[in-house]
Amino acid sequence: MPTIHEKKFVSGDPSKCIGCCVCEYACSMKHENTYNPTKSRIRAVRLNSFVNLAVACRLCEDPPCVAACPRDALSQSEETGVIIVDEDKCNGCGWCVEACDYGAIQLHPEKKVVFTCDLCDGEPQCVEWCPEEALDFTTKDIVSQKARITAVKKLFQEALKSEKK
Amino acid sequence: MSYNKRILYVDLTTGKMKLAKEYIGGIGLGMKLWLDHSKAGVDPFSPENPLLFITGPLTGTMAPSAGNSYAVVSKSPLTMTIGEAKAHGFFGPEIKRAGYDAIIFTGKSEKLVYAWIDDDSVQLLDAEHLRGKSPAETDETIREELGDFYIRVSAIGEAGEKLCRIGCIINDEYRAIGRGGMGAVMGSKNLKAVAVRGTKDVNVANVEEFKEFVRMIYERMKGPATRKYRTLGTPENVLVLNALAALATRNFTNATFEGAERVSGEYLNEHYVKKIIGCATCGMRCDHIALVPEGEYKGSTSRVEFECLWSCGPLCGVDRLDAIIEAIRLADYYGMDGISIGVVVAMAMDCYEHGVITDKETDGLKLNFGNHEALVEAIKRIGTRTGWLGDTFAEGTKRAAEIIGGDAYKYANHIKGMELPGYDLRTLQTAALGFSVSFRGACHLRSGAYSPDVKGKVDRFKIEPGRGKIVLEGEDLYNVVDSLILCKFSRGVMYDGLKDMAKYYELATGIPMTDKELEIAGERINNLARVINIREGKGTRADDTLPWKILNFPVPEECVGKGAYVKQKEFDIGLDDYYSVRGWTKDGIPTPEKLKELGLDDLVKIVKKKIGSKKKGK
Repeated sequence: MPTIHEKKFVSGDPSKCIGCCVCEYACSMKHENTYNPTKSRIRAVRLNSFVNLAVACRLCEDPPCVAACPRDALSQSEETGVIIVDEDKCNGCGWCVEACDYGAIQLHPEKKVVFTCDLCDGEPQCVEWCPEEALDFTTKDIVSQKARITAVKKLFQEALKSEKK
Repeated sequence: MSYNKRILYVDLTTGKMKLAKEYIGGIGLGMKLWLDHSKAGVDPFSPENPLLFITGPLTGTMAPSAGNSYAVVSKSPLTMTIGEAKAHGFFGPEIKRAGYDAIIFTGKSEKLVYAWIDDDSVQLLDAEHLRGKSPAETDETIREELGDFYIRVSAIGEAGEKLCRIGCIINDEYRAIGRGGMGAVMGSKNLKAVAVRGTKDVNVANVEEFKEFVRMIYERMKGPATRKYRTLGTPENVLVLNALAALATRNFTNATFEGAERVSGEYLNEHYVKKIIGCATCGMRCDHIALVPEGEYKGSTSRVEFECLWSCGPLCGVDRLDAIIEAIRLADYYGMDGISIGVVVAMAMDCYEHGVITDKETDGLKLNFGNHEALVEAIKRIGTRTGWLGDTFAEGTKRAAEIIGGDAYKYANHIKGMELPGYDLRTLQTAALGFSVSFRGACHLRSGAYSPDVKGKVDRFKIEPGRGKIVLEGEDLYNVVDSLILCKFSRGVMYDGLKDMAKYYELATGIPMTDKELEIAGERINNLARVINIREGKGTRADDTLPWKILNFPVPEECVGKGAYVKQKEFDIGLDDYYSVRGWTKDGIPTPEKLKELGLDDLVKIVKKKIGSKKKGK
C-alpha cells in the first residue's frame, strides 16, 4: 500500500473549475461507453457562477466507506489506494454512501451496486479532458506545495516583477 | 445513434401525454413540426399555437458547444412570423437523456403549472407559488422542492406570465431563449417552467472516431478562432464598431458614442468581470460574469455580452457600466429579451425627447437619453406591465408605435416587429439587406451579414448586386448551424465549414451526410420558414422592410459614417438581387419549381394560392 504521501488522487482546483461537466462525460464514456453524467464517478457542483468544483474519491486513509460496509463488499487497493467494489457482494444498501463525507461513492443508476473513482488505471480521463486544466492527478503533498508557491507568489508580486527587469 | 426517435407531446388542456417516434432535431425540424401541427393564421397566444422544445442531433453528447443545446420554436407574438431561438447551458441535454428529441406543448392549462419530466414520468405540477418569481428563483425553488440538485429547469419570469411580447425563457441562470417572445407564448399556456431529469444514456454511432473528432474540436477551441470569446468577450465589439461609425447610439440617432471607452469590453473586464465560466461540455468558456463592486448598484451581477450592453448602454445614451449591468440583471430577472428591452426603452426615450410622449404618460419619469435611473425604472415597469408606460412598451416597439400613433413609428427600430440588434444598418448595408429578409425579423444571427461589412470585404455604405448571394450563403449556413444547434461563438472552429459539420453529424448519428446535402438542407429550411411566414401572411416583399431612421435619417455627426443612410432605390436593387438568387418571385415568394427542387412539394399549395391571388390582384 502506498503511504498517504504517495497516493495519487484526482484533485479539483475551485479557482479554475467552471462547472462545465466535461469530466463527467469523459468518465462515463471511459467506464460505460456512453455519455451519461449520472454514470460518472466524478461529479461537478455549480453552487453559483462563482463557485464551481468537481469532486471525486479522495482515497482516504482507513476509508469510512470500507469500514461501513457490513457485507465486506468494499476494499482498498494495496497498490493504488482506490476503493474496489465487489459487485457480487454489494447489495446497494448505501451505508458507504452515508459514510462518505464527499459524495464520492454513489449508487449506480442501473446496476444495484455502488461505484466510485478507479483512477482509470493511472490515467484518469477526467484529468485528460478537462479544458480548464482544473483537475490534477496528484498527491496531497504536491497540492499543498502548489498552494504554498501560489500564496508566496501572490504575496511578493511586486518583488517578482522587479526581478524581471 | 444519438437520436432517441421519440417526441413527447404534452397537451396542457387535457394533461394528456402522447409519445411519438421517428423525428429528427434542430430548428429545421422544429419549424417543420410546428407547421404540421398548426393551422394557418393561428394566434400566437391561442392554445392552438404549438410550443416546441427541441434538441439537436448532437445534444447530450460530449460535442463541445453543441452537446449542451436546445431550441424553442413557436409562432412569435412579436413578429407574427415563425419564431425560433436557441440556448445552451445545461438544460438541453437533460431532455435528450430523459429519452426525448423534442417536447411539443399544445393547449392551455387552467392554472399556472410547471412540467416535471422525470425520464418516462411526466407530470404537470401546480406553479401558483412560483408566480412572479424570476427564472433563476424558479429554478432554485423547483430543484429544492423536487429534492434533486441536478434537475435542470427552463422557466419564464413575470414578463412572460404577463404576456410581455419580448418575454424570454431562461435556463441555468443566464442562458436565454431570447428573441421573438417565446416566453410570452409559454406564459399564454400558463406554463411557468419545464423541469427535467434524464438518467438515460446518449450514445453515438461511431464512438472512437467521434471521440477523436471531439478531441480535435476541443484543441481548436483553445486556438485563435475563439480568442475573442475567451478574452474580452463580445463586448470587444464596442470600440470596433464605434471606430467604424456602426455603434448605434441614442436610438439610432448617432452612429458613434462619446462614452464608448467607458462602456468598452476593455473597461468592463478590468473593472467588473469577476469570473469567466462556461456551459456544459464546452472547452471555450465565454460567460463573462460581471459584479458591481461599489456604488448605488453594488452587488448587481449579470452575464454581459455585447448585444445587451449595447442596447441598455449606447442605444439609451447610458455610459455607466454599473447601471448597464443592473439593467441586464433586471431583464433576466423579469425574463425579457436583453436586446429588445434596450431598444424598446431607447424608443421610449426618443419619443420623450421629441415630445411624442410626456410626463403624463411616463408618470413623471424623466426618460431622457443617458438617464440611467430612468432606464432601470422603465425596465422594471415593462417587465411587470406597470402603468401606461410599462403596459404600452411591453408590446414591443412596433405595437407601441401603433398605440401611440403620430410620429412614434419614426422611433420604432424593428423589422417585422423584432427589435434591431447592435449594428447601425446605415453604415453596414449588407447587414441592412440581411436583417430585412430574415424570417424571424431583425437578426444578426440569421445570416451574419454584418461580417463582410465589418471586415471590409465590401463597400459597406451601399447595396449593390452581389449582396443577395452573400446574404443567402450566410443564411443557409446559419440554418445548418441552428439545426445542429452549434453555438455560433464556436462557428470558427469548424475550419472546414460544412464538411466538418457533416462529419460531426455522421459520426454521432450514423446517418451518412455530405457538405452538399447540408447546404441543401440549409436552403430547404430557409424556404420552409419563408413559406410558413407566407401562410401566416407575413412572408413577402412588403414585409422585408427597414426602420424609418435607417432609410430617412442620415448619420448626423462628424465621423467616417457621416451622411450615411440606406437609399430606398439601392435597397430595392438588393431585394431584387436576393430574391433572384433565391429563385423566388419579384414579390419574394418561393416558386413552385424551387420548392419541388428542394423536396418541399407539400408546400407548393401554400405559395400557389399566394402567387395566384397576386396575379388576380393585378
